Amino acid sequence: MAGVPLRRDPSDGSVINFDNVTKIYPNQNRAALENVDLAVNKGEFVFLVGPSGSGKSTFLRLILKEERPTEGRIHVAGKDLARLTNWKVPHLRRRIGCVFQDFRLLPNKNVYQNVAFALEVIGKPRRFIRRVVPEVIDLVGLEGKHERMPDELSGGEQQRVAVARAFVNRPMILLADEPTGNIDPATSIGIMKVLDRINRTGTTVVMATHDAAIVDSMRKRVIELEYGKVVRDQVRGVYGQAY
Amino acid sequence: MRSNFVFSEIWVGLRRNLTMTVALIVVVAISLSLLGTGLLFVKQVDSTRTYWQSKVEISVYLCTADSANPNCHGAITTAQQQQIQSTLTSMPQVQDVSYVSQAQAYQLFKQDFANDQSYVSTVKETDMPPSFEVKLRNPEADYNIVSSAVTGAPGVDSVIDEMTILDKFYRLLDGARNAVMIVALILVVAAILLVANTIRLSAFNRRRETGIMRLVGASNFYIQLPFLLEGVIAGLLGWALAAALLIGVKSLLLNNLQQYFSYNVGLSATDLVEVILLAMFVGVLLCGVTSFVTLRRYLRV
Repeated sequence: MAGVPLRRDPSDGSVINFDNVTKIYPNQNRAALENVDLAVNKGEFVFLVGPSGSGKSTFLRLILKEERPTEGRIHVAGKDLARLTNWKVPHLRRRIGCVFQDFRLLPNKNVYQNVAFALEVIGKPRRFIRRVVPEVIDLVGLEGKHERMPDELSGGEQQRVAVARAFVNRPMILLADEPTGNIDPATSIGIMKVLDRINRTGTTVVMATHDAAIVDSMRKRVIELEYGKVVRDQVRGVYGQAY
Repeated sequence: MRSNFVFSEIWVGLRRNLTMTVALIVVVAISLSLLGTGLLFVKQVDSTRTYWQSKVEISVYLCTADSANPNCHGAITTAQQQQIQSTLTSMPQVQDVSYVSQAQAYQLFKQDFANDQSYVSTVKETDMPPSFEVKLRNPEADYNIVSSAVTGAPGVDSVIDEMTILDKFYRLLDGARNAVMIVALILVVAAILLVANTIRLSAFNRRRETGIMRLVGASNFYIQLPFLLEGVIAGLLGWALAAALLIGVKSLLLNNLQQYFSYNVGLSATDLVEVILLAMFVGVLLCGVTSFVTLRRYLRV
């Protein structure tokens, strides 16, 4: 993809850094995350695996500063989240794209408008939007479907629109929370190809998933969580324990 | 910040909640109109008060042969009349004393009741009591002093003091004004509650959009702005309606009062503009502040 500047970060090159992080939700006995200590570097593709309730979603929410850690420090793009004031949080979120299991598209807007929405709300000029949005819609493989409404699209296509929206602002990090959860295995492969393509442009991807087949086929870094603790952190890993 | 985007979001919001928006506009219009009417009332009363100040007099009615008052022993004598006159003129609060004879009183009576000949024919000149018309320097403060000085004096039948009558009239006007203001206040409270509810409903209806806006990194201000402006715009529309109503009140009701006074007591256009601007200030403040406070409670940012 021509003309897309790669963002360079200061500090030690890690885009996400968890420093002994514990998160306990109020009114709960068990910690959602316990003593998580890891770093994700620029351009990595990371799978976050583990059973339900193991802390995968909490991990992602902490990166977005939707939740605050009970203990420990978190650095995203070199910035200490604890020191980030409330009015700076939106700027952090502009550098992070999100994809969810339930797509979260706006039902009254078509494909183009859904993707453009992400740029409109941060005040990008119309000329910029008109140039950039079609590029990214093509990137996810939806050429020619600009005018379709979400309810006219299949699950796989809707997720592609969500990915396009997450990526259109060229974020540093792309977070995906079970993106293939509502999609059949065959279509999931298509989605993963898109995510892989995005990763190759230099975007760090962190994906929480249950989908063993995908994890096994891509052989990327795998972090396994169990009851909030990191039990495995393997480069070129597989879903289950190595045999 | 793209104003196009903000305006389109506001328009969408207003249209989605159309019934509530209309209700809001109507309530704001009515409460501001009542507030404005109350204020116009106050200004009108003040202007007529100034008119009356110069006209108010104490009438000291003197005994005639037929007076029923036990204090009167037949018609007033010249000596008694002179005594009363000197008492009055010597008082520092009295500006002017003029004597109205029976003949003069009868003439005035025939003029006042020119349309009612049947009544006029039953009254004779000798039935009319002569009187002293006393003008005070400071009617509101001193009437008590002067009237008590001559009440019960020999030859005095009764002392009618116009201030007491006017007092009752003013109290009536003040009462009406207070009633209007209380109703206006109740309506203002209702308007505040309606604005809060409308904004809350609007925020709920758009939670999907606002959720995505938050995730994508729109600034808090940008997210809240359309809702805030929705409230303010509805408030302004309500105010415009109120302004029209107030102009109607002034031209239909208040201008008709003029015919009862020979002196210009009408409210000027400036007075009206003042009241309308005040209403706008109150309306916008009300809607803006309520919207802001409601958003902080119900819109997660």
